[in-house]
This record gives sequence, C-alpha cells and structure tokens, in this order.
Amino acid sequence: MKTIILRTASNYMLPLLLVFSVFILLRGHYLPGGGFVGGLIASIAFVLHAFANGLEDTRKLIRFHPGFLMPAGLTVSFLSGISPIIFANKPLMTGLWYPHHLPIVGNLGSALFFDIGVFLVVVGVTLTIIFTISESA
Amino acid sequence: MIEQLVIYPLVIQMLLAIVLMFFWSRIKWQRVISIIGSVVNLGMAVWLFVLVWQNGTQSIQAGNWEAPFGITFVADTFAATLVLLTSIAGLAVSSFSAGSVISARLKFGFFPIYHFLLLGLNGAFLTGDIFNLYVWFEIIIITSFVLLTIGGEKAQLEGAVKYFTLNILASIIFLTAIAVLYGLTGSLNMADLASKVAAVENRTLVQVNALLFLVGFGIKSALFPLYFWLPASYHTPPSAVSAIFGGLLTKVGVYALIRVFTLIFEVDPFLENVLLAVAVLTLFSGAVGAIVQNNIRKIFSYLVICHIGYMIAGLGMMTEVAITGAIFYLIHDIMVKTNLFMVSGVIYKIKANHNIRKLGDLYAEYPKLSLLFAVPLFSLVGVPPLSGFWPKLSLISEGWNTENFTVIAAILFASFITLVVIVKLWGEVFWKTGEKLPEVRNFPYFNKLSKVKRTQMLAPIIFLTLVTLYLGFGAGNIQNLAERIAFELMDNQEYINTVLRK
Amino acid sequence: MEILLAVMIGTLYAAGIYMILRRSLVKLIIGIILLGNGANLLIFLLGRIAKGAPPIIPEDSKVFLEAYSDPLPQALILTAIVISFGLQSFAIVLVKRAHKVVKTDDLDEMNATDEYS
Repeated sequence: MKTIILRTASNYMLPLLLVFSVFILLRGHYLPGGGFVGGLIASIAFVLHAFANGLEDTRKLIRFHPGFLMPAGLTVSFLSGISPIIFANKPLMTGLWYPHHLPIVGNLGSALFFDIGVFLVVVGVTLTIIFTISESA
Repeated sequence: MIEQLVIYPLVIQMLLAIVLMFFWSRIKWQRVISIIGSVVNLGMAVWLFVLVWQNGTQSIQAGNWEAPFGITFVADTFAATLVLLTSIAGLAVSSFSAGSVISARLKFGFFPIYHFLLLGLNGAFLTGDIFNLYVWFEIIIITSFVLLTIGGEKAQLEGAVKYFTLNILASIIFLTAIAVLYGLTGSLNMADLASKVAAVENRTLVQVNALLFLVGFGIKSALFPLYFWLPASYHTPPSAVSAIFGGLLTKVGVYALIRVFTLIFEVDPFLENVLLAVAVLTLFSGAVGAIVQNNIRKIFSYLVICHIGYMIAGLGMMTEVAITGAIFYLIHDIMVKTNLFMVSGVIYKIKANHNIRKLGDLYAEYPKLSLLFAVPLFSLVGVPPLSGFWPKLSLISEGWNTENFTVIAAILFASFITLVVIVKLWGEVFWKTGEKLPEVRNFPYFNKLSKVKRTQMLAPIIFLTLVTLYLGFGAGNIQNLAERIAFELMDNQEYINTVLRK
Repeated sequence: MEILLAVMIGTLYAAGIYMILRRSLVKLIIGIILLGNGANLLIFLLGRIAKGAPPIIPEDSKVFLEAYSDPLPQALILTAIVISFGLQSFAIVLVKRAHKVVKTDDLDEMNATDEYS
C-alpha cells in the first residue's frame, strides 16, 4: 500500500492524530473520551504511518521498543492508584485533587495520572501486538 | 487505618510485576527480585492473616465509594487463609522456577507474568464484588495462557488451544450469569446480593442463574463432566508452571463456588443433589483416569480432578462439619499438589523422562530425596497422621449423619484408588530396577546442575513438605481454623455487616 | 427495542455456539467473539434501557428527581470489551502459532496431548 497519496497524507495525519489523542485524553474526565480511547487513537496514528511507509520507518520514528511503554504506563497508573494510601491514608484509588483551577487541563487530580498511565499502556500494548503480528505475517 | 492491610498483598504483587517488567531481559536480576519479593509478600500475608484472626473480618472500599456502590475488598478468615496459602505456594514456585526453568523461556517475561498471575489469585480471594471477581478471573486466565505457551512446543500449543477454548467459554458463561444477576437485583456487591437475591420473587430464574454460576465455575474447577481441558494441558508446560496451576488455579474455582453458594445463593435440595452427584462422579472419573495413565504428570492431573470431588462433596452436604472438611481439604490440597508437581519436575530433571514404565531406580540412586518425596505422596493418600487423613474423617462422619451413603462410598473408593495409584507410582519410579534410558543430549540433568540451582529446586520442596507435616501433626490448629471458616461461611452476618458497615 | 435486542442476543449466542462446535480453528475464534458480543449485549439489555434520561443530578438538588438510565452496565461492558480485546488478540496469535507448528487447522487432528502413552 505504498501509494503516494496515502504516504503524503500520513505524514500530516500523524501529528494531527497524536494531538487529537491528547485532546481526547484530557477531556475524558467529564466528557466522553479518556485514556483508553486516546491511546487507541494514538496507536492508530502509528499504524497508519506503518501502513503507508512500512514497518521499519515507523520503528525508526518511535526509536524505542513500544513494549517499554507498558511498564512505564503501569508505573504511572500504579503510583496514582496508591498515592492516596501514601499521602492521605485513604483507601486505594481515592481521588486526590489539586484545589486550584488550572488553564487548559481544568481540575488536576490523581485520576488524570491514572488515565495517562492507561494511555501509555494502551499505546504500548496495541503497537506491540500489531507490530508482532505484521512482522511475522 | 489498619484495614489498608487488606489491599497490601495486591499492591506488593503489582509492584513486583512492574519492577520485573523493567528488568525484562536481565534474567539473573529477575530471579533474585522474584524470590525476595515473594518473601516480602509472604510476610504481608502472615500479617493480614494475624490481623483477621485477632480482629475478625476486615473490609476496605476502593476509591472510598461506600458499599454497595464501590468495589469492596474483604478479608474474612477464608480469604486471608487462602491468600496466605497462595503466598506460601507462590514463594515455593518462584524459587523452583528460578532453579528449574531454562533461561530461554525466562527471557519471554516469565517472572512478570507469574507475579501478575499471583496478583490475580490474591485479587480473586480478596474481592467482595462479583464483577470484580470476573475481572480477576480474566487476569488469571490471560496470564495462565501465557505461562502455558511460553516456549511454544507442539504439545504446549495443542494443550493451550483446549485450555483456552474451555476457559473462555467458562468466562462467557460466568459473564452471562452476572448479567442475569444484575438484571434481577441491580447490585454487584456480594454482601448486598445476599439479601437482595433472597428477596427476588422469580425463584426459577434465580435457580437457573445459580446453575449458570455452577457451570461457569465448574469448568474452572474441573468438575465432571467439564474437566477434559485439564489432563489435556497440565502436563505440557514446565513443571514449575504445572505446580502453580495444579495447586491453585482449580482451587480458585472451588473458592468461588463455596463463596457464591454460601453467601449469595441458598442451596436448595435440588442444587444439593446436583452438587453431590457431580462430586461423586468427579471422584470416580478422576480416580479411574489416574489409574490407567503412565505419564507421571498426567497421573497427578487426574488426581487434581479426583480430589476436587472431596471439596464439592463437602459443599454439597452443606452442613458446618462438612464445610469444615472441605476447607481443611482445600488447605491440604493446595500445599500437596503444588509440591507434587515440583517433585515430578525434579524426577524429570534426574531421568529426562515422564513415563513411569521407563523410570526406576530412584531410591537406589537418591535415597534421601526419595524419602523426602515420600511425604507429599503419602499425605496425598491420607495415611494417618499425615494431612490428607483428617478432612476425610469429617467428610465421612458427616456423610454418615446426613445419610449420604453414596458419597461415603465414593470418598472411600477415591481414597483407595489414590492409594493404589501412589503405591504403583512408588513401586515403578522408586523401587523398580528401571531400564537404561538413553542419554539426551544438551539436557540439563540434575546432577550436572550447579549447586545453587539444585538448592533452588529442592528448598521449596523441603519447605512445602514441612508445611504439609505441620498440617498433619498440627491438625488440631488447622481443624480450629477450618471450623472457624465454616462457621463464618454458614453464618454470613459478620461478612455482610463488615462490608455494609452496619 | 427490547425484543429486537433479545432476538439479536439469542442469534449471537446460537451462532457463537454453532461456530465453536465446528472443527476449524478460525471458526472457533469467530464463535468466541460472537459469544462475547452476545454476553455484552445481554448486560446492556438487562441493565434496563431508558432513552434520553442521563444519570445526572440537577444542580439545585441532592437526589435524582426522576427515573434515570443506569450508567453501570456501560462501565461493565467497557471492561468486558477491553478484556475480550486482549483475549482475542492472544487467541489469534495462538492459533497462528498452533497452525504453523501443528500444520493443521482441524481440531480433530489436534489430539496428541490427549493420547494415551
């Protein structure tokens, strides 16, 4: 599928989709969206790039093995999950909130970090699965 | 907040798994971290057990959402005991896999996945929410698929296809049952369900739903006639994996059955008869299956099935004494089955063969090891005063009191066949003069392994054997524990009050 | 709507079970996927369908004023979908490997581990 139209388009689509995925991630607390969907959109961006330019190019673009995102994302989620135990002596996964309103992000809470972790894990898992399947095909 | 302790076994396992993922290709580090982490986890489990033993049932609401709306984690004596047993078995198997599994397999993330499996087990025991139980079950089966297929040999993949299909089918049936239950009651919290299910007017649907749960958990705990995936797959992966599977995976199904049928559903005479009939047939078919097999791990696989029957028989009789017997048997079975699969692993490392017709001479070559292996083998049979004997006593006496003579006959038959199987195994593997087996090239024979590896393999067997001996000689304490668990299960008011904070 | 969904769930379960009973490995996976979708729809149906009644409490009130649609089934379904996503991708890889190693996709020929030895 190395058509010139798709290749050119994918170069513009990649950053656009990535920004869109972050947007979906951030709006997820009160509106439809969130880490899981955002992560899927981000991985779609890379999959599209891989379709158009070949797997090797995408690998070079990402630089590190996408599998690394799994433990990284898990760590972020895990820390946000246990932070109420450590800081507030409240049960696991209780929401902790920063009291002031921030621009762009809105209210900052531990739930956002949990979502960021989910985002990273989803990107890592999806890309690992798809890369592995398409590599051995 | 001392209740925070309920969640610590989960936090530790999760942390371990994540840390191990960062050391993905550094096997040496993984071995060390896994063993040390398991020791820490064992400490946590002991602490939790002592807390629950002294202060009664503890519960915590994840996210600080009040029950029945949030996800509850509950540690009653039953759950705390099982978490403790999981930690003991987990430590043993962690050390055993560090010694016995070849590094080519460890490279594919064996240890992180293994700790995710233990996380799933601990979660399934501690959760107080039926949908959360489903999620933990899924974590258990996903990780067990990976452990089953690591290495990718032909037999492993074939076994995995069967294991995979039936376990997913079980999950779907379980999910269907949850859907119906939620439709009936509008709640998922198990303590809340206890009163809500009793108030449902449509009793037929409740009964059908109970049967759906029975089938779903029945596949997972390998009941007759749903057990065929087990002997097809448990003998294919490395022995360390078989050990944790044989010791704990089917027992999670039994745990879920006991929990659901004591807490949520009332066992009516019809269900009682179904459970007893299934138990009798499981005892019978497992025993008959074990006696004809020659592969040492297939024999143990069928014995796993056979001995599930004892626990289901105890559940089916549904009296306090019978449940006591079932719980004691559960405790004994987890320890012994884990140990036996590790023993089969050591035998395989010594002889490079699994067929008992071809094995032999083990007693002549390794007399001390053979005596060590004799303890789990014969406590499985239940030679008094070893641990398998005491729970059968409760089961048989209660079968007599409730006039379930078929069950008594089946229990005696299964015990007798187990004795025959183990004696046959002992004669064939340890005493017989075996034929000369051809040397397998590049096989890591036991006597060629380094001293560290041999210690890593034998230390867990010694450890679990000591635990088994304690279960036998300290049977009074275990009987007390089992009685207290049975009392809490039959009179579930404390559980409900703790969760709902009444 | 309820009847339509009920019929659809029944069809999905029936088709899934039929597919699982076939001998081909690929059809086995299709069957599992269909069954999983059927179960998800069942949760959706049994959570009661209420159209146009979001579970949001008005600002000047502390409790729900009228009937609202239950948000929990959707959370359950989402969880179940994510889980089945993982399981299915594993299944596909497993089947591919099994096909490569065993060199057949006929389940009747995959009986080496059940054979008596």
